[in-house]
Amino acid sequence: MTVSLRRDAPPAGSGAGRGRGPAPQPRSVRLLNKIKKGGLPYLFLLPALLLELLVHFVPMIFGILISFKQLTLFFIRNWTGAPWAGFGNYHLVVDVHGAVGSALLHSFFVTCAFTVLAVGLSWLFGTVAAILTQDTFRGRAALRTIFLTPFALPVYASVIIWAFMFQYNNGLVNELLHNVLGITSRPSFWLIGHNSFFALVIISIWRNWPFAFLCVMAGLQGIPRDLYEASAIDGAGIWQQIRRITMPSLRAVHQVLVLVLFLWTFNDFTTPFVLFGASAPSPADVVSVHIYQASFINWNFGEGSAMSVLMLIFLLLVTAAYLLGTSRRRGENA
Amino acid sequence: MRIIRVSAVAAAATAVLALAACGGGTSTGSGGGNTTSTTLTYWASNQGASLQTDYSVLNPELAKFKQQTGITVKLQVVGWADLLNRILAATTSGQGPDVVNIGNTWSASLQATGAFLPFSSSNFSQVGGESKFLTSAVGSTGAAGQPPAAVPLYSLAYGLYYNKALFTAAGITSPPATWDQLVADGKKVTHGGTYGLAVEGASIPENIHNVFVLAKQKGASFFDSAGNPTFTTPGDVAAVQQWVNFMGSDHIVNPGDAQYAQNQSLSDFAKGKAAMLLWQAAGTTLKADGMAPGAYGVAPVPVESGIPSASNPDSMVAGINVAVFKDSKNHAAALKFVNFMTSQSEQIKINGEYGSIPPVKSALSNSAFSTAEETVLRNVLSTSAVALPQVPKESQFETAVGTAVKNLFADAASGKPVSAATVKAQLSSAQQQMQG
Repeated sequence: MTVSLRRDAPPAGSGAGRGRGPAPQPRSVRLLNKIKKGGLPYLFLLPALLLELLVHFVPMIFGILISFKQLTLFFIRNWTGAPWAGFGNYHLVVDVHGAVGSALLHSFFVTCAFTVLAVGLSWLFGTVAAILTQDTFRGRAALRTIFLTPFALPVYASVIIWAFMFQYNNGLVNELLHNVLGITSRPSFWLIGHNSFFALVIISIWRNWPFAFLCVMAGLQGIPRDLYEASAIDGAGIWQQIRRITMPSLRAVHQVLVLVLFLWTFNDFTTPFVLFGASAPSPADVVSVHIYQASFINWNFGEGSAMSVLMLIFLLLVTAAYLLGTSRRRGENA
Repeated sequence: MRIIRVSAVAAAATAVLALAACGGGTSTGSGGGNTTSTTLTYWASNQGASLQTDYSVLNPELAKFKQQTGITVKLQVVGWADLLNRILAATTSGQGPDVVNIGNTWSASLQATGAFLPFSSSNFSQVGGESKFLTSAVGSTGAAGQPPAAVPLYSLAYGLYYNKALFTAAGITSPPATWDQLVADGKKVTHGGTYGLAVEGASIPENIHNVFVLAKQKGASFFDSAGNPTFTTPGDVAAVQQWVNFMGSDHIVNPGDAQYAQNQSLSDFAKGKAAMLLWQAAGTTLKADGMAPGAYGVAPVPVESGIPSASNPDSMVAGINVAVFKDSKNHAAALKFVNFMTSQSEQIKINGEYGSIPPVKSALSNSAFSTAEETVLRNVLSTSAVALPQVPKESQFETAVGTAVKNLFADAASGKPVSAATVKAQLSSAQQQMQG
């Protein structure tokens, strides 16, 4: 990438230093011209920016507003008339000794464990697959296409199919593990009880690793082949090449990839909702479904919004810390 | 990259908040003061085997209504999974249909939102008055002491469906009348892949309907007279424990049933994998699943002891109510339509198609409702069925306790003992969540 940039840059010093440039102007006028010149693109972007604010931030502000209201079923018809609750909703949801707070905390830990496992393994599978398919071989294009199918399928349809496969009586998973391979002594439940957590992790990895694969594959295209040839002449093995060339070159890709996967997985609503319905089993009670249940099933939108706002703050903190941490490390290495 | 980052964060944040803030778009009920070309929008619940069946049952009747009154009714059949959320969205936005079907257990909760036109005595008289309807069905139309939020449209009650061939093979001559007999009979039938009883273990409404009736038989009812939750009384705990232990300690229910929520228990019963089933008007579905009407019998659901009565109930009052949205601009036309749907001829026609029982007295006596199945269910409904608590927190109760029972079934299925203490702990945590 850096190589191509340098090639495209104009030769240094061309045009300048010949003494035939525009007449010197006062500094203030130059600044104004600069803004005028540079500002035009921003003017073009303004409508899009306003729409973006409207689409993304207005609902957020409403959500925050609602979290300070006692918006229960008695007020949904006229929700502006709902009494203000102050920090009442927040007190309720952070009180870990109460039923609501402890359920939220449990759900939060479940979500963290789920996210770490799902993102870590998706990233690992994606990266390994991308590195293994980096060299050309027969059928590489076909293999890459097959790898990408889970990402291309509609979520709803694929999760329904997984739900069928995880059935207790006649599911494919039990058929394989119990009847064919005989690994388990009796059929296991996958959609209720403790296994439901692993069912959720498996489906999430299945859905997300092709995205990791795609990103890393794109990142690998940017690494010049001569680096590998040079290192091979110097006697580097495949492991050393991966460690010293591939991984450092992919750092920027990984930084974005892990962040995006983290946010997607943490907030994933469709997968658990389609898999378990509105009331997820407690070992797989992830935050998104938990909040849905608090809002729509219990008809307590104030409480649900307070939980949402807390999650928003958590995600913003994690994202900020992550970006700060990774940028600094990159700065040190450069 | 910065833009990706910012929009990713924003998208993530919105995804979380949109959950709490969104209201769905709904079709608006058309206004217009001109009565000669009035149009009503009607959301019907899914009663037939498919949404398409409902359209073909209801559309000819709506055409009849138009012929009689000149009022056009635009029909939209809404599946059960979406109906409550759509009603909530319509309530929040003030943009909804004119007339809507609701599950009768939601009556008090939806009444509290103020979304529906109350059936005050003047409104009630426009649809024929209270005396037109069966008393037990009217008991499930809203909180006591307030004008009803809806009127009964179709009624249902639970019955015990049993497989005649399996009973004969096990030497059982008559269906069980008490729970002890049911367990004993169930054990006689259970062997190999066949079980005594089929249940819908992960279905929240089915769990609630059954544990509520069991609790009633023990003198408990999950709520006190002021409408506050009392989930942990000995009667409530014993009811939930009894229900789950049909699987856990009696072993007359297939552990696989713990996962059922899409009426798989009906198909197990139809295929002879289970000898008994507790269900409301299962006839049409069993027929679709390939079980001939002669292959099964229907009896009243067992009780603890004695005979079923209003104080010793053996079923909840199940059914569908019809309500008028307060935001509708055509209250008069909407009431006319409700009156039409609850008229004797329409009640006979539509309930006949759906296999449900008319809550309208004049239609109930019709010979169309005297099959063996419907005679039993009709008697249960008029003599020994009890309404679910008519309190605003009813819908929360269904979710909280229904989920607790679902979790207990998961324990029972994996071989964990379900003790009174375990049940009490689950119910106590469910009750605490209701305080929110």
